[in-house]
Amino acid sequence: MSEIRNAFVAFFTSLKLTVVLLALSIILVFWATLAQVKLGIWGVQQEFFRTFFVLGKIPGTEIPLPLFPGGYTLGGFLLINLLAAHAYRFKFSLKKSGILLTHFGLILLLLGELATSLWQKEFMMRLDEGQTGNYAESTRETELAIVNVSDPVWDDVVAIPTERISSLDTIQHPGLPFRVVTRAYYPNAIVDALPSQTEPSKIPELPVRATRDIGTRSVVRPQPITYREDQRNWPTAFVELVGPEGSLGTWMLSAMLINPQTFEYGGRTWTMQIRPERKYLPFSLTLLDFSHDRYAGTNIPKNFSSRLHLHTDDGRDDRDVLIYMNNPLRAGGMTFYQASFDNDDKTTILQVVRNPGWLVPYIACVAMAAGMVIQFCMHLVGFARKRSKASTRAIARTSPSASPLT
Amino acid sequence: MSTTSAVASTQQRPASSPPPPAPPPRNKFAGWVAAAAVILGLGYLISPLFKQDTAGGFDYVGFGRLPILVNGRLKPMDSVARTSLLMLQDRQRVSSPTTGNLVDSPDEWLLDVLFRPEIADTYPVFAIDNPDLLSLLGFTEESLKINYTKSAHRILATVGFMPGTYRRFSYKQLESKLAEIDRQSRLAEPTEQSLRTPFQKGVIELRDRLVLYNRLKHSLIPPGSTNPLSEYDAFVKGIPAGAAAIRARQQGQSHDEAAARATLEAAQRYEFMGRMGYLLAIPPLAGSTDPNAWKSAGNALLESFQTGDINPTVLAYAGMATAWRNRQVEQFNTIVKMFREILVKRFPERVSKTDAEVRFNSAEPFLRSMTLYGVIFFLGILSWMRAPDLLGRSAFALLILAWLATTVGIGTRMWLEGRPPVTNLYSSALFVGWAAVGLCVLLERLYRNGLGLVAGGMIGFATLLIAHHLSLSGDTLEMMRAVLDSNFWLATHVVTITVGYSATYLAGFLAFIYVVRGVFTNGLDAGTSSAIKSMVYGIICFAALFSLVGTILGGIWADQSWGRFWGWDPKENGALIIVIWNALILHARWGGWVKTRGLMALAIFGNIVTSWSWFGTNMLGVGLHSYGFMEAAFYWLLAFCITQLALIGVANIPLRYWRSGRHLSA
Repeated sequence: MSEIRNAFVAFFTSLKLTVVLLALSIILVFWATLAQVKLGIWGVQQEFFRTFFVLGKIPGTEIPLPLFPGGYTLGGFLLINLLAAHAYRFKFSLKKSGILLTHFGLILLLLGELATSLWQKEFMMRLDEGQTGNYAESTRETELAIVNVSDPVWDDVVAIPTERISSLDTIQHPGLPFRVVTRAYYPNAIVDALPSQTEPSKIPELPVRATRDIGTRSVVRPQPITYREDQRNWPTAFVELVGPEGSLGTWMLSAMLINPQTFEYGGRTWTMQIRPERKYLPFSLTLLDFSHDRYAGTNIPKNFSSRLHLHTDDGRDDRDVLIYMNNPLRAGGMTFYQASFDNDDKTTILQVVRNPGWLVPYIACVAMAAGMVIQFCMHLVGFARKRSKASTRAIARTSPSASPLT
Repeated sequence: MSTTSAVASTQQRPASSPPPPAPPPRNKFAGWVAAAAVILGLGYLISPLFKQDTAGGFDYVGFGRLPILVNGRLKPMDSVARTSLLMLQDRQRVSSPTTGNLVDSPDEWLLDVLFRPEIADTYPVFAIDNPDLLSLLGFTEESLKINYTKSAHRILATVGFMPGTYRRFSYKQLESKLAEIDRQSRLAEPTEQSLRTPFQKGVIELRDRLVLYNRLKHSLIPPGSTNPLSEYDAFVKGIPAGAAAIRARQQGQSHDEAAARATLEAAQRYEFMGRMGYLLAIPPLAGSTDPNAWKSAGNALLESFQTGDINPTVLAYAGMATAWRNRQVEQFNTIVKMFREILVKRFPERVSKTDAEVRFNSAEPFLRSMTLYGVIFFLGILSWMRAPDLLGRSAFALLILAWLATTVGIGTRMWLEGRPPVTNLYSSALFVGWAAVGLCVLLERLYRNGLGLVAGGMIGFATLLIAHHLSLSGDTLEMMRAVLDSNFWLATHVVTITVGYSATYLAGFLAFIYVVRGVFTNGLDAGTSSAIKSMVYGIICFAALFSLVGTILGGIWADQSWGRFWGWDPKENGALIIVIWNALILHARWGGWVKTRGLMALAIFGNIVTSWSWFGTNMLGVGLHSYGFMEAAFYWLLAFCITQLALIGVANIPLRYWRSGRHLSA
């Protein structure tokens, strides 16, 4: 038993494992960089780094085949390797304090990246000049929003992440007088108006048809999921609403449709749509002014900036803020960055990031850098001492007049 | 071996390695020879500062110093002349293989383009290489062949020392094909940049060059104008009558048709100039110092409709044009001098900067240092065979001199730009070389074995050569895009990461020297071998430190500016690979799996890793850091990687086949 244990310890504490893991990491990072041309940055993150294995497919089939350890595997092994080596091998001494500190920073960095990959969420916020907004929209995730708009003052919103409806089960929500039954779900599909001269062969035959509203006049063409930076997926679903007295009908809902579809039920007016997932903010932001300067006689951007007004309902915060390149706004646990602009410089697009672990890399970095500087300086001092001894010897060996090269 | 003892043993290793060899026997002339070398080198470096380009008596230099605003930066005419020539034809000299130099300086060429376009149109300044493009333009193999009159030239051309075919053409030669060039470039444009064929790239490039040339031509005087002064005079005098006539015509009353047409035509001409003009040469009127208020001559002329007057700067340039066209030396020089005095009074600081930039341009510190580095490289190698003290000391003195020259050059660029040293790919090449040579100076000072000389000469030469080729794409002192506009991060992240590149390269090149000397010569003795080993080890530690800190700082910048610490962007990945690679080398050595030769092989691979991060990632054309697709560089990079791989193969040849093998162990 202890032999097996010893073998385990020897394996996980070995420096050889470190070298092998480092070499594999280089291959993974390099491969992922090349793959970015096709997959885009986000796709690469999902398929190479935030995964245990890089998967390929057996040619001609859909059967996945692990080709290479992914980021989680390599990072995990490195972490175990590091922790084990420190637990079993390292003894603290001043001489090794630098290495110890660097490794501690590295552990923190790996854990921080794990936390980021699990909890970081990115949203966009788009504001025209003069417009006020109190929510940000996800760039990737969508939701099915069913809104009771009967009251002229406020809306009653039930939002269901599309991930939840993709499993095609029935959803019963206390806020809704009907059940939501997803009949079909496509993570990416293009919706077109039904051509006037219908060629049946060109319209894909889908198992479910819409019986209400725009879905009856549209063609849905399922597409493969895209990971490209310049393209997005349009989740599309066929949703049947079932009340106590039976089916209300089947709607076709798609993120491609900008306007919600409206219907009456139980004496109330409802709207329904698939829209980017919203993150409501604990405050509202009003875009006062967006400015975009260019260098004279060129189109080279000199700076972008958004002047905003931040206001909380309780009135505790009521101030102007300026967001520009390299100067984000941190508020309400989120960070707002100047990302882009639109509409002839009248609209600002802010990137909104929520990352509870944002401070971890900073601490990790300081530890790693400090550790390396300490270690390097100790080496340098040792080297300089040795050199001065050697050169005294050398001078003594040659002639008394010998001086360093001038 | 346990981790503890592995780490502990590295602590003790330096003490147990043999001391570096004593300096070679001293040559009593060495000091004198080194001093002579320094004087020669210094003379070579500063000689261009004393050269006067005033052939024919025209004050080109004075004209070259006039400040203008181009691409958002206030720069001297001289810089525009030089960068435009580089962009058009890859060199600053305007000459034809058969008749020799056509102008004395880039400034003279620019004067002809601006003021005597009919002459400038005959200068061959459009480089065209693509054979398909050449045949599209109607050139045949026969018509491209250069017929030298001197038989010596003919022989030189046959053996390849002189060009055998024309590759630069004049505007006049291309004029009849403009419509076709435009049509072809429109056809090529929809193709994605990275998928374009060489012909498509060639035709788009030629079109862009023609546009640049035409924009330059219409910068200061109206198209086709032979005497702008009298044209302006007539224009201003005609404004009241013309305006009245136009008003009357609009109201359907009787009017002077000729006056209306003259004024409208002038307005169209100046509007065209304003749209096309490349140079924003007209400073804001007195009272405004806003750098963005500089405008083109065309727009300044259009303002005459409101002011009823011609802008004095427009008049000054018109005066220069008339004097230049009529070859009136004295008049030209007087106008330049008086105009300059006005500018000096109004913008003293800016004019002193543009003056310095002209001196910097003509001194060409980087090109001249490149030559010196080449000399140092050969002297260093010679010093291993003959007279190590004599040659070594001279070469070392020259190394310091060349390094100081690049230091001054980089410093001047920083002062002109008001920025940290590395702002674009070009300046990163300068800085990589500078930092690596700086380390070489230090190494040579410590070890005095010629390694610092050879490595420094090699890296200095190579990086400056790369920089020279990067400078062909335009002004290297370009304005920073908004996202990069942060001196703090440019000074910390970018500089540290670039020093990391330098150090990784230096370790790689030292290893390169080790392998070449060991395998192909018998000059690598045990002492030198252990010296190189400790150098490479130390430099890799240094590289690991800087690339790690630099990469981390980059992460923090990314977190500050777009909200994620790490985004797996190609440039970030490239930097990360360097860090991991250096860490791998260090761990492999601490673990004891690599000895000297293994360390060398790994360090050589570091060259590939660094080149990938520095250039390869830019060639992917994706990510936030891409600077554009570099076509030709890709093949050079590939060739470099192959040589390095071959060298790693050579390093793995068993020691008994090394010519220095008997001195070495493992």
